Amino acid sequence: MLNLLKPPIEAFQEFVLLSIRAVRNIFRSPHYADDIFIQMDVIGVGSLFIVSLIGLFSGIVMALQMARALTQYGAQGQVGSIVAITLVRELGPVLTAVLVAGRNASGIASELGSMKVTEQIDAMRALGTDPVQKLVTPRLIALATVLPLLTIISDFIGLIGGYFIASGMLGLTFSEYWTTAWQALEYNDLFQGLLKPFVFAVIIALVGCFYGMRTSGGTQGVGRATTSAVVSSSVWIFVLTAFITYVWNRAFARQ
Amino acid sequence: MPDDSIILRFEDVSLQFDTTVALDHVSFDMHPGQTYVVFGAAGSGKTMLLKVAVGLVRPNSGRVWLFGEEITKLREQDLFDMRARVGILFQEGGLFDSLTVAENVAYPLTNQRVLHETFAGGSSNGKGAARSVEERVRESLRFVELEQTLDKFPDELSGGMRRRVGIARAVVSEPALLLYDSPTAGLDPITANTIVALILKERDLRNTATIMVTHRYQDGHLMANFRYNPNSGQVERAGGGGDVSQVSTKFLVMNEGRLVFEGTEPELQASQDPYVRKFLRVGGA
Repeated sequence: MLNLLKPPIEAFQEFVLLSIRAVRNIFRSPHYADDIFIQMDVIGVGSLFIVSLIGLFSGIVMALQMARALTQYGAQGQVGSIVAITLVRELGPVLTAVLVAGRNASGIASELGSMKVTEQIDAMRALGTDPVQKLVTPRLIALATVLPLLTIISDFIGLIGGYFIASGMLGLTFSEYWTTAWQALEYNDLFQGLLKPFVFAVIIALVGCFYGMRTSGGTQGVGRATTSAVVSSSVWIFVLTAFITYVWNRAFARQ
Repeated sequence: MPDDSIILRFEDVSLQFDTTVALDHVSFDMHPGQTYVVFGAAGSGKTMLLKVAVGLVRPNSGRVWLFGEEITKLREQDLFDMRARVGILFQEGGLFDSLTVAENVAYPLTNQRVLHETFAGGSSNGKGAARSVEERVRESLRFVELEQTLDKFPDELSGGMRRRVGIARAVVSEPALLLYDSPTAGLDPITANTIVALILKERDLRNTATIMVTHRYQDGHLMANFRYNPNSGQVERAGGGGDVSQVSTKFLVMNEGRLVFEGTEPELQASQDPYVRKFLRVGGA
C-alpha cells in the first residue's frame, strides 16, 4: 500500500518544489527578458487567431441556444446579458485556457522533454545556468501575462458573435444588445473572469514544464510527457474553475 | 579540507540507482595541469564520475571537493557559479538544437550569472561588451576550425563537427578544468584523432587540467605521449628522457563503479589485472 502511494506523493512533492523555485526566480537575477518575450509571442500571438475563432463561435452558440429558450418567455431582449455573463464568468476563461493548454502545455512539455532526453537540460546546468530560471520562469511569466489578455479578446469577440445572432435572428438593435450586455456585468464578474485565466495560466505553465522536465525514456517518453501535460492541465482547469466559482459565490452571495 | 593544490578530490564516493551501483567507494585527487584518462566498459560509471564531479548528480555517500570547496554540501543555486569554472563536452555534444552554432558557443558568456554581468548585463558599455562576446565566439570556433559554421544549426552538422562545436563551447569561457565524456565515441578513426588533437591543443596551450573518459586505448596513449607544439601548429610526440606530459598523465580504469586501477601508462601496460589487460588489447586492435 505504502509503495503504491510513494510515486504520486513524490511526483506531487517534485511539482511543489518546482513551483516554488519557479516563483522565487521571478524575484532573482539573472532575468531572461528575451526568453519571456519570445514565449509571449509564441503563446500569445500564436494563439490569437484560434482563440478569437473559438470565442466567436462560443458567443454564436450561446446566443443561438438562449434565443430559443428566451423566446418561449418573450424575453429575447435579454440575450445580450446572458451571453455576457456566461462568457465573461465561465466560458471565455475556460475555453481559452483549455485551448491554450492543448496548444501550449503540449508544446512546452515536448520542447522541454526533448531537451531533457538529449542531455540539453544537463548541459544547461553544467554550463552554469539554472534550467528553472531559464526555461520555467519565463514561460510562467509569459503565460500569466498573455492568458488574461487572450481571455479578454475571446470574451469580446464572443459578444460580437452573440450580436450577429441577436440582430440577425432576433431583430435586436445595436444598442438593445450592447446595453443589456454592458449592464449585466458587474465588477465582481470581471474580477472573477480575470482571476480564472491567471490561475489557469500558472497551472498550464507549471504542469507543462513539470512533465517536460521529468521526461525519461527517449522519444516515447516525450510523447507520454506531452499527453500527460495536456490531460492533467485540462482536468485541473475544470476542477479549479468549479472551486473558484464555488468560493466566489460563497464570498459574494448576494444574488 | 584538502590543500589548495588539489582542484578535484573524490573521497570515498558512492552512488547507487535503485539496484545498480554507479560508483563504488571511489577516491582520487587531481592537481592543476594534470591529465586524467578514464577507461571503462559501457555502464562502468565513467559518465557518472564526470556528472558527480560537477554536482549534476549527488552521490549517496562520500565527499567531493572542486576548487577547494566541498560541492557535496553546496545548494544547486551555488553550484551554478562553481560550474562556470568547468568546461564539459557531453557525449553527444549536448548542443542546444534551437540555437545556432554561434549562439551555442556564446551561451556560457551570455547566460552564466558570473559572466552575465561582465558581458550582457554591463549597461555602461553594452555595445563594447556585445562585440567582445562575438570576438570570443569567433576565436573559439577558429580554435576548432569551424569559423564558417557560425549561422548553422547543430542538426546541419556532422557528428564530428558537433563535437568540435561542443569543444568550442566548453573552452570559450577559459575554464580551469575540462571534462570530456567519450569525445571520440562513434566517430571514424580520422575524425577521432582530430578531436583528440584539439583536446591536446587546448590542454597544452592553456595548461588546463583535463579529464577524458573514453573506451579507446589509443586516445589515452595520445594524451599521455603527444603534445601540441604552438610553433609548428602540430601535435608531436613528447620529448624523450625528461618527459613532462608522461608524468602528468594518469590513467584510471573503472569496472562496475569501482576504481580498479590508478597509475601512469607504463604501470597500466605492466598491469596483470585481466580486466585492465582486456582494455589494452581491445584498444590496441
